Amino acid sequence: MALSDKDRIFQNLYGFQPWNLSAARKRGCWDGTGAILAKGRDAIIEEMKNSGLRGRGGAGFPTGMKWSFMPKQSDGRPSYLVVNADESEPGTCKDRDIIRHDPQTLIEGCLIAGFAMGAIAGYIYIRGEYYNESVVLEAAIQEAYDAGLLGKNACGSGYDFDLYVHRGAGAYICGEETALIESLEGKKGMPRLKPPFPAAVGLYGCPTTVNNVETIAVVPEIMRRGAEWFSSFGRPKNSGTKIFCIQGHVNNPCNVEAEMSIPMRELIERYAGGVRGGWDNLLCVIPGGSSTPLLPKHICDDVLMDFDALREHRSGLGTAGVIVMDKSTDVIKAIARLSAFYKHESCGQCTPCREGMGWVKRMMDRMVTGNAEIEEIDVLENVTRRIEGHTICALADGGVWPVQGLIRHYRPLMEERIQAYKARHQRLAAE
Amino acid sequence: MSAPAHEEPASFAFDAESEAKIATIIRRYPEGKQASAVIPLLYVAQKQMGRLTGSAWVPRVAMDVIAERLSMPPIRVYEVATFYFMFNMKPIGRFHLQVCGTTPCMLRGSDEVMRACKDAGGVAGPGETSEDGLFTMTEVECLGACVNAPILQVDDDYYEDLDYESTVKLIEALKRGERPAPGSAIGRRSSEAAGGATALKGAEQD
Repeated sequence: MALSDKDRIFQNLYGFQPWNLSAARKRGCWDGTGAILAKGRDAIIEEMKNSGLRGRGGAGFPTGMKWSFMPKQSDGRPSYLVVNADESEPGTCKDRDIIRHDPQTLIEGCLIAGFAMGAIAGYIYIRGEYYNESVVLEAAIQEAYDAGLLGKNACGSGYDFDLYVHRGAGAYICGEETALIESLEGKKGMPRLKPPFPAAVGLYGCPTTVNNVETIAVVPEIMRRGAEWFSSFGRPKNSGTKIFCIQGHVNNPCNVEAEMSIPMRELIERYAGGVRGGWDNLLCVIPGGSSTPLLPKHICDDVLMDFDALREHRSGLGTAGVIVMDKSTDVIKAIARLSAFYKHESCGQCTPCREGMGWVKRMMDRMVTGNAEIEEIDVLENVTRRIEGHTICALADGGVWPVQGLIRHYRPLMEERIQAYKARHQRLAAE
Repeated sequence: MSAPAHEEPASFAFDAESEAKIATIIRRYPEGKQASAVIPLLYVAQKQMGRLTGSAWVPRVAMDVIAERLSMPPIRVYEVATFYFMFNMKPIGRFHLQVCGTTPCMLRGSDEVMRACKDAGGVAGPGETSEDGLFTMTEVECLGACVNAPILQVDDDYYEDLDYESTVKLIEALKRGERPAPGSAIGRRSSEAAGGATALKGAEQD
């Protein structure tokens, strides 16, 4: 049974209604927020733990647990909430819709989350390219201030909370939480070594929690309807609803909020009009944004869209950016373009990534034309294993996983291309 | 920094409009943490250059002014300005055509969008500016609007669901001094399913 509209958290995902505060209130935003805060920090964190919500930014870390790492008593330093709106993982465009069409869900979520972790302020770090979205968000925050929902004695709770928007400037790496913090402090976005984790030493050296937009924006509705409601969707440990971005070679690309653990095929056929040319024309799917390894059709036939099911197939839910490729796709070229992306976005701090992403890209470019030796496929695979896990952050991991996925599932195609290249050139040499 | 190949202005000062904006920006950050405002101020400088000269870029003297304003060594501002992709370190055309070429857009025909930019805009290739100084084209990485691919960002605005013809039409309109409304070129509402929403159209029955 499909998710019904009444169970969709983002009632204005497509912007059919205005984004302003009065329209948002009619949709249920800011209903009883003061009473939610009155339950207290521990009760809110407990409810979030019970809901089973896992972070929606890609890593899937349990949200309630993350919040519980924040100090209960201040040692004199303030605490901060930072919202990651840097949405830059290729294939991902869900936070954009929340921000431009349903910003009050995010703003209310910031207040509740900020309260639960004892933060004095929140910063929403939005990617620089989302200029128009940042304008809407700033206006929405101003509306919330004017209505007494933010600022001094927010929502009449006796708690003071300020919320600011900070624009990035075109760097994928700033979606990594410690790079984001560096950037917010006015530096190059280069990730920090962990530990210390941000909950101990984060923004301006103060305890900080960084959460994705969607993670924060679902909080108010979970608090209103209860953990049990949220966890009734999806399989255990994979609970809730989730915005999927269905794109590529489908008939009707779209964003849609659906239940977790929905079969991939159903997701694509019910909401995105199916694969171009029919399901049998499917080649493969990147299930969760560019960093997650592709899955060939035979896995897509019955795989479920959740953290654990996709992990079983050595891929992941990631950000739930579902990139569909039909049989007309040059899959080697599609993955090579991702290698170019990671080369472009490497911050250059760690040698295996700075040198490795360029090396992998150049190697992949040769795999596209077939101008390589068959043994070099093994060399490529081997080098990706030497890069993976040997850097400060996960950018390089995300950069090599798609290549590993390609080799795992399409090695015969890569060999075929190399042989075709050789045959062509031997023929030319003979002529 | 090596000597630039382009002409740098001799001086830079924020105008009244920029100063008003800066006042609101500085307030966002705690006392003593004003370095946080470096990216926002670089934007203000770039916007002002666009407003006053028709070319949105950040000259070195502007970075020096920002460094002084935020009590930062100039090198810290230079390294931020050059690290982030959205700051133009040399003059650009009147319109900045930013074509997304990452895989989700590539699968939906971003090569055609780029070809249209070259043909209609008179731009030789990525990183180039047209002879009439109207257009600079940049191939950018994922713009985060993938269900509306392929995307062309013109300055701050996203134009979505493009193909060769609609991109040419857009560029011709820009040449005429028009500014078409951003969004989908095929008339769909934001990220709803092309052909009509498949959710939020009333309770679904099953």
